[in-house]
Amino acid sequence: MTADTQLLDEVSQFLYREARFQDTHAYDDWEALWTDDAIYWVPANGENPDPETEMSFIYDNRSRISLRIKQLQTGKRHSQTPPSQLARLVSNIELLGNDGDDVQVAANTLVFETNLRGETLWAMRNEYNLRRIDGDWRMAKKRSCWSTTTSHYSRCPS
Amino acid sequence: MDASVQSTKWERLIEPGRVHGSLYADSDIFQEELEKIWYRTWVYVGHTSEIPNPKDYVTKSIGPMPILMVRDRKGEVRLLMNRCPHRGNAVCVIEKGNRATFTCPYHSWTFANDGRLMGYAYPDGYETADKSKLGLGTVPRVSIYKGFVFASMAEDGPTLEEHLGGAARAIDQLCENSPEGEVEITAGFLHHRSQANWKFIVENECDGYHPAFVHASIFAVADSGIGNLYGPDSTAVTRDFGNGHTEVDLRPEFRLRDEPLSWFGTTAERLPDYVAKMNAAHRPDKARTVMIDGTPHIMIFPNLFIAEIQLFVIQPIAADETIQHVTALQFKGAPDFNRRMRQQTMGSVGPAGFLLADDTEMYERNQRGLATREPEWLYLERGVHRERRDENGYLVGHSTDEVPSRGIWRHYKKMMEEE
Repeated sequence: MTADTQLLDEVSQFLYREARFQDTHAYDDWEALWTDDAIYWVPANGENPDPETEMSFIYDNRSRISLRIKQLQTGKRHSQTPPSQLARLVSNIELLGNDGDDVQVAANTLVFETNLRGETLWAMRNEYNLRRIDGDWRMAKKRSCWSTTTSHYSRCPS
Repeated sequence: MDASVQSTKWERLIEPGRVHGSLYADSDIFQEELEKIWYRTWVYVGHTSEIPNPKDYVTKSIGPMPILMVRDRKGEVRLLMNRCPHRGNAVCVIEKGNRATFTCPYHSWTFANDGRLMGYAYPDGYETADKSKLGLGTVPRVSIYKGFVFASMAEDGPTLEEHLGGAARAIDQLCENSPEGEVEITAGFLHHRSQANWKFIVENECDGYHPAFVHASIFAVADSGIGNLYGPDSTAVTRDFGNGHTEVDLRPEFRLRDEPLSWFGTTAERLPDYVAKMNAAHRPDKARTVMIDGTPHIMIFPNLFIAEIQLFVIQPIAADETIQHVTALQFKGAPDFNRRMRQQTMGSVGPAGFLLADDTEMYERNQRGLATREPEWLYLERGVHRERRDENGYLVGHSTDEVPSRGIWRHYKKMMEEE
């Protein structure tokens, strides 16, 4: 096995694990995947607007990721009471770069969600900065571009 | 149907203390609302700061109808129908930009940004066409209050100032919080769709009864101080300005705290540049008062919700479908303040927001609940026994009372009864 295929294999296993934590609402396990300086970003208008000046659906630093999870764990987060049933497929995993510290990875994800609202198919292109800390992979950055943004959940007036 | 029968219909559906569920679900009533409310009264469209330069434009809406808000070559704000007079195509589908003309992609008809038809492809095919009558449709009345652009599809009617009435105070209050007296809308919008009637959303905006329950999850884990504003002991008041405009006036609570910027969950020490600019812009005692009172929480009927640091534009799509377009307010000349407003707004609103995800869950459950026929009515009497008039003659109540809902329905009934 070459170094690259071994890296791809490790990274793929990591992304599948993240997906399982998300699908099963294993919030603590999912939270532990983030680095202390993590950024979780879901842009709203286009794939690469300036998140420091423009609105995003999510632009969380580490403490806001934690707050998001604490809110879910109160049991009173109505939009997740009862929790959605989720199953996602992670595919097209591609190594984009490796600067020695962080590895850049792209992957596409299709999420099927069932809850009181009905059934929703979400599609997203994700880009990760992954970092190896004490032998385990961690997410330092995740940018999730939802291609459902303009057609399903929200729409421009024209 | 003569007028007396018509008014009976609305009297049957809207009583002082309850309204019939069909008002939120019936698609014939929705169509009638478009004619009698959305295409008649003053509707908020956008803000002049979204199109600062000549030839700038943004796509906007009046009710479900797409329009373009443009600044023409001479700098004048114009509202144009986004519909080619030839075959009905949208002449522009890109959300914003800068362009002198709009060309319909179907047959290449081209319009100036004041709406005039400039030309069409293969003109020899038209012999008698009068170009002056084939321009983009325009909005009969456009009026701007402190940068807020409103439109009315009615040729005649009350002026914008008459329509806003006492609610104009809230826009004044908002602008005073900007060191240069101006709000800017520059952060882009989230477009948040709900499967719910627009009136559930309008009523919820000044419903002070729900936060303690709908938002209990975030109040439990974030020390925002918002929860106490809507508790049973709150001194904040709900207010009905008439014309459907309602607010939750939180100033009494903030005045008890007597701390500048406490309304914003911060202190003067943390925003020194902003505070210095405010002190330079206003007399010192005035600056202090403005920074204690903070910004308003007001629902300007039918579609502009100013929620302290956010601006929502409510767009009805169908009886059971509404889009909320939401962005962070920004103050001209206050970058430190603006950054914090964007961060707080992104945390709060949109489909992932700490607050709005749960509000939306409630709107949609309300809507689905209408399918249950017993009872058929929604009950609106909370606080009827303790309503009173304030010093300006407006009805006010406790922060958790349904003064706003009753005010909205009184105005709604009046509009729907008019021919």
